[in-house]
Amino acid sequence: MPGDEVSAMKADLPSPMFDTTEMVLNMGPQHPSTHGVLRIVLKLDGERVVDADVVVGYLHRGIEKLSENRDWTQIILLTDRMDYVAAASTNLGYCETVEKLMSVEVPRRARYIRTILNELQRVASHCLWLGTHAMDIGAMTVFLYAFRERELILDLFEEYCGARLTYNSMRVGGLPLDIPPGWDRKVNEFCDIMDSKLTEYETLLTHNRIWLERTKDVGVIDGPEAIALGLCGPTLRGSGVGRDVRKDEPYAAYDEFDFDVPIGTRGDTYDRYLVRIEEFRQSLRIIRQAMDGLPEGPIVGKVPRLIKPPAGETYHAVESPKGEIGFFIASDGRSTNPYRFRVRAPSFCNLQGLPRLVRGHLVADVVALIGSIDIVLGEVDR
Amino acid sequence: MVDTIVIPLLKIAILLNAVLVAVSYLVLLERKVIAFVQSRLGPMRVGPHGVLQPIADAVKLMTKEDITPARADRWVFTAAPIMVMVPALIVFAVIPFGPEVELFGRSVPLYITDINIGLLYIVSVASLGVYGIILGGWASNSKYPLLSSLRASAQLISYEVAVTMTLVSLVLMAGTLSMVGIVESQRDAGLWFVFAQPVAFAIFFIGGLAETNRAPFDMPEAEQELTGGFHTEYSGMRFALFFLAEYANMIVISSVATTLFLGGWLRPFPGVEGLAFLDLIPAWIWFVLKTFVFLYVFLWIRATLPRYRYDQLMRLGWKVLIPIAIGNVIVTGVAKVLL
Amino acid sequence: MAEAFVFYGLAALILGFAVLVISTRNTVHSVLYLVVNFLLVAMLYVMLGAEFLAAIQVLVYAGGIVVLYLFVVMLVNLKRPPETHQDPRRQTRLGLALAGAVLAELVAIIVYSSTGESVPAAAPAEAGMVEGNVEQIGMLLYTNYLIPFEVASVLLLVAMIGAIVLAKREL
Repeated sequence: MPGDEVSAMKADLPSPMFDTTEMVLNMGPQHPSTHGVLRIVLKLDGERVVDADVVVGYLHRGIEKLSENRDWTQIILLTDRMDYVAAASTNLGYCETVEKLMSVEVPRRARYIRTILNELQRVASHCLWLGTHAMDIGAMTVFLYAFRERELILDLFEEYCGARLTYNSMRVGGLPLDIPPGWDRKVNEFCDIMDSKLTEYETLLTHNRIWLERTKDVGVIDGPEAIALGLCGPTLRGSGVGRDVRKDEPYAAYDEFDFDVPIGTRGDTYDRYLVRIEEFRQSLRIIRQAMDGLPEGPIVGKVPRLIKPPAGETYHAVESPKGEIGFFIASDGRSTNPYRFRVRAPSFCNLQGLPRLVRGHLVADVVALIGSIDIVLGEVDR
Repeated sequence: MVDTIVIPLLKIAILLNAVLVAVSYLVLLERKVIAFVQSRLGPMRVGPHGVLQPIADAVKLMTKEDITPARADRWVFTAAPIMVMVPALIVFAVIPFGPEVELFGRSVPLYITDINIGLLYIVSVASLGVYGIILGGWASNSKYPLLSSLRASAQLISYEVAVTMTLVSLVLMAGTLSMVGIVESQRDAGLWFVFAQPVAFAIFFIGGLAETNRAPFDMPEAEQELTGGFHTEYSGMRFALFFLAEYANMIVISSVATTLFLGGWLRPFPGVEGLAFLDLIPAWIWFVLKTFVFLYVFLWIRATLPRYRYDQLMRLGWKVLIPIAIGNVIVTGVAKVLL
Repeated sequence: MAEAFVFYGLAALILGFAVLVISTRNTVHSVLYLVVNFLLVAMLYVMLGAEFLAAIQVLVYAGGIVVLYLFVVMLVNLKRPPETHQDPRRQTRLGLALAGAVLAELVAIIVYSSTGESVPAAAPAEAGMVEGNVEQIGMLLYTNYLIPFEVASVLLLVAMIGAIVLAKREL
């Protein structure tokens, strides 16, 4: 590894010939590729990163605390603002947790539509990831191509619930809305378009020599270490760990569909890229299956007007595009708001791995690695 | 008097203006080309299809506040943009846009001067341009520009040797360092040198991308990494000088490549008699067309490729391009002796 | 007359910048003055009709070597005070000795050129067979001065290998 070389060279120089002090470089919170308001304090030796200190909290809005003063339906609106590029996934995670707490049965149609929304959301979120990741490495055209396709998904969501970013698209016990007429056809059309566009992205990147040189062997992390750091989602799967909540602890309607969980082999940036590209395809596969087998029936289960879960606490996780998003909710059984609300945010956990990943690499790799772990600061800071 | 002073001064004035207009429209061209690649429209508001955009840009840049950061090295900070711009412009002195033409009863060559070390002059003047970048980054008293300066100097020493080596093999072919002489020797050979020296052409082109700090070698100004690099702290007209110099350098590299490898002002296949009707098109139009092709490729590459990392460029320069370039010189020399 | 005027002007500028190179406190400024100095020397070459030498001067010294100087100056922290030597007057003595040597050399040159016969004209006459600056230098380098030329190349090669060996400890 390059980093070891540097320290080895330093070790056998008893008194350095030149006074090469380390430089502290403040990256962010206003830096074009820290994906929002992330701040990293880099300690550099030349351009090589000796150490990195991640500073978070610039987007902290206190969502967890706020939730303790909102009633159970109002919180859905707050969950939109966490991972704001994948609001439907956060909605789903929260609603399912409350349903688990209340032991509510969700109708099959609602579970199907939730799955479709979630997978569309995954495609949209991955589009954003691909665009910004490629942009960080300098491939500016992929950025606009990916946003072009993301736009189609946002249009679908707009037609479904009227919003393009913060959907508020789920309710405890089911869904607020059924799918509009003709929507299923449009979703199928989108899947076909997306399939061909994926090939386009891959033409630009997957076998591009510069892309390979920039991503291969950059930020290598093996399975056990990734688990030890608490990485999750595609970032973990890139290191060859086949953990996917959709498969391991199926929720919504995932147990009824046939899909694969792609995993990487070397655990470098390129593998994480390949894993996410393959997840695009698997998501489309799930959407198609769900659209074909969409059952008829109600979209809301038997839920009282006033939601008041019994006293108790529960934890439930779903697979968001960023990784495993878990909700811990405690209810005292008396009030109409949670007693304690806590989120295990995948972006936050993945961000923990960043200092380990960037150590020994160059400044140019830092931006590649921030892109490669796919974080959203709204979720990191909450 | 007229021949030694008035005409050269006129030519210089016309050329400088033409270059500056070309540069500002090259910026528009870049925005348009990249927009079309990315299924966008590009500038559309100022004038029909944005054709007046360069004027709007110029007005904006000139009226912006010109900030010198606190604790910057004031003199070097001011001099740096000039040090980038001047070499980019004076290189045009030796570029032949066409042979001698009859104008108002006088025979006027379409180049400012033809010195017998033209090629060396270009290489040496172009190598001075990097000072502006290095010193601009250093004088800003800011960390990102400083890193960018280091990258720029590392980049310069990595590719310049290889590029100069390709020129050596080209000079072996042409037998002269004069730019006009090189074009004439292509005419006499009836062959563009790109067909005789494809390897040298490829290396020169890659080196040209690196020299102009264009993608995929735009590490010194990588927005995503160094937030703009050496010009992070520059604003207003001083920033504009950096900006214009980059595009002027693109035109320089394209016209040098045209002269050296694509036969300068010669028509395609100068050796084929059957295509003589192509000579009806004035020579300088051929020159401009070929330069334009190069410029388009520059833009096309920028829209397509990701960015290299600077250690990878250094590896590419030292371990791939220089050995190939030296091998090419040897092969050319041997071939020249044997044939 | 005009030529002499330009020459003395250039010479004064060159000397002025040379003094600035060693007198300025800021290392980067000092390197900058050195660049200007090299460019002025290149102009001197142009005046003497040695365009090739001028271009090489700009390319190699101003464009190449000084960039490396700058690279090093920016990388290395030079704010550290120089180490004090045991003998505080060592530098003064060394400087005086060097200045004396240069003075002796200059005097020797002046005496030689004013009393001795004019500069041997053999070389230009020989090179006069070919036209052009580059060709003349080429002819001279590969005929009269072939051995010095080769020795210089070998010296450079040795320097290069030495630098690589020093920089890369394990090969």
